[in-house]
Amino acid sequence: MALCLRPLPGVAQDTIPTGVRVGLTYDPSTRPGVFVTAVAGENGDSVRAILARDLDFGDRVNVISAEAGTPPAGRFNYELYTKLGASAIVQAAVTPQGSLHVAVHDVAAKRVLNVGDFAFNGSMPLSAGWRLAVHRASDEVERWITSTRGIAATRIAFVRDQRLWMVDSDGANLVPVGVGGTALSPAWHPTGRYLAYTQLADDGLNVAVRDLQSGQARRMPRMGSSNFTPAFSPDGGTLVYSAGDDGTDLYAVAAFGSGERPRRVTFGRGTPTSSPTFSPDGRKIAYISGRLGHPEVYITDADGTNSELLTEAPSGDRPYRSDPDWSPDGRAVAFTSQEGPNLQVMIISIRDRRIRQLTGDARNENPSWAPDARHVVFTSTRSGAKQLWVLDTESGRARQLTRGAGVARQAAWSPRMEQP
Amino acid sequence: MHARIRSLALVAIAISAVTTTACKKKPVVVPAPAPVVTPINQDSIDAADRARREAAEKARLAAEEAARRAAAEKLAAEIAAARAAFTVPVYFDYDKSDIRDDQKATLEAKLPIFQANPDMRIRVAGHTDNRGSDEYNLALGQRRAAEVKQYLIARGIAEGRIDVVSFGEERPAVAQDNEDAWAKNRRDEFEIIAGANPFKLPTK
Repeated sequence: MALCLRPLPGVAQDTIPTGVRVGLTYDPSTRPGVFVTAVAGENGDSVRAILARDLDFGDRVNVISAEAGTPPAGRFNYELYTKLGASAIVQAAVTPQGSLHVAVHDVAAKRVLNVGDFAFNGSMPLSAGWRLAVHRASDEVERWITSTRGIAATRIAFVRDQRLWMVDSDGANLVPVGVGGTALSPAWHPTGRYLAYTQLADDGLNVAVRDLQSGQARRMPRMGSSNFTPAFSPDGGTLVYSAGDDGTDLYAVAAFGSGERPRRVTFGRGTPTSSPTFSPDGRKIAYISGRLGHPEVYITDADGTNSELLTEAPSGDRPYRSDPDWSPDGRAVAFTSQEGPNLQVMIISIRDRRIRQLTGDARNENPSWAPDARHVVFTSTRSGAKQLWVLDTESGRARQLTRGAGVARQAAWSPRMEQP
Repeated sequence: MHARIRSLALVAIAISAVTTTACKKKPVVVPAPAPVVTPINQDSIDAADRARREAAEKARLAAEEAARRAAAEKLAAEIAAARAAFTVPVYFDYDKSDIRDDQKATLEAKLPIFQANPDMRIRVAGHTDNRGSDEYNLALGQRRAAEVKQYLIARGIAEGRIDVVSFGEERPAVAQDNEDAWAKNRRDEFEIIAGANPFKLPTK
């Protein structure tokens, strides 16, 4: 064991000058091959499986992984890895001190590119917290190799059978959020600590905010009987939701205030309004309005001025655009559009309003961006009943996130998580 | 008044005169052999009479009770019919919240019930089919409920008597995916929530 770990820190100290940014040089149109070696230490096989899968799901590298093997010891035979097509080697070990030690080797330069230590913080092996530590290691490895941080250490909140659930980005660790009664439209706080959602009761719709750490929930102020589809501002201080009695409008209220009256944002004059989403700079809100007699996506300044139609290019035989979600890089809004008999997921560029269709097979709707502004999670019927799928908007590769009984929908991708 | 008293007095004297004469005329006779059965016969006749009367009375009561029950059942049926008429949903076109002409009669039929039950409060619940966006459907259902509320207010029903709520596509009437089910799911439902106990029928 000590033998396996020896090369990592020693070489790293020799080859990484402090304060100098290092990274692999590679053609971004071709993915670097990354070899994930067998992992030394307790539950090493599970660690390697999670690391390899996270890197694969990140869609930025080609994962090369030996079927079996023993953790490498001594000097790496870099020429051998070049022959395997690897530009980088991920070498990891579970330390007796309860952390995951990771080194990434640059094969062409024949040296260690970076090293890191990821604490399990005493969490039980294979528990949610333990898995999160591995996911955070994967995300750093992806950053070291591609200079873009991964999205493995995230979760997706969603609705199954009118209850809130959460699942890790890799489909593991499926748990109910624990909200009693019917709940819809989950929305993450930018810290990942709170979830806002819509509660459906006999006397109307209410918006509530739940602290995922304490389990405490607060009901937000009501403006009329229907209060739904909340969204946090990027600074986390404001909650915007749809509310009203005669038609609905967007209202903004302090997310953690003490019962202040919500401030009206939109003026739809008795038409339906829903599903706000903030631009990442917090200055604008995209939302759905039915003011033209059918739903379209609009953009307004966060103070309610300069409201304009975003999805004006005609498409499909029946105009119906909904479910906007602003990308974390601010460049695009993902939304749902009626195309023929089905709904499909599209993205519209903020700069030139060009629309790109992402899906075409079965019914696909309600996209939510991952923090990398590259992947989206959405609801699809391509496997039968509604399930959640993850799509890489660059490569078009899709994977199924949820399985099993019941209908899964209304996914919300979390920010990167520091806490399980 | 005096004349009346006088005539009553005369009648009384006349009666006493008759009875006195009758007593005097009565001969003394040896009592006949005891007709033991006679009083029993009389009793049985009385009993039979009583039984007949009682039976007749019972039948009368039963008939009355039946009539009462029939009336109550008729009333209950009328109330149930009126309640059922009141809760008949109003249906909408796809992605629309305006009230269709063919649905106005359904709303008009509810007005007399509002008038007969002035304390009655109701809840209008807007629903949608499941074809569009789940989230936008909450807003559309809200619009559908509000549209019916506005119609009823325009027809003279006080605003405070009508609550609105939206369930979007979350509570379908028919949990299927076809045109017929969608048409049945695009609806407003009506629920009496207070002030209609007892429920009063509209006057015809």
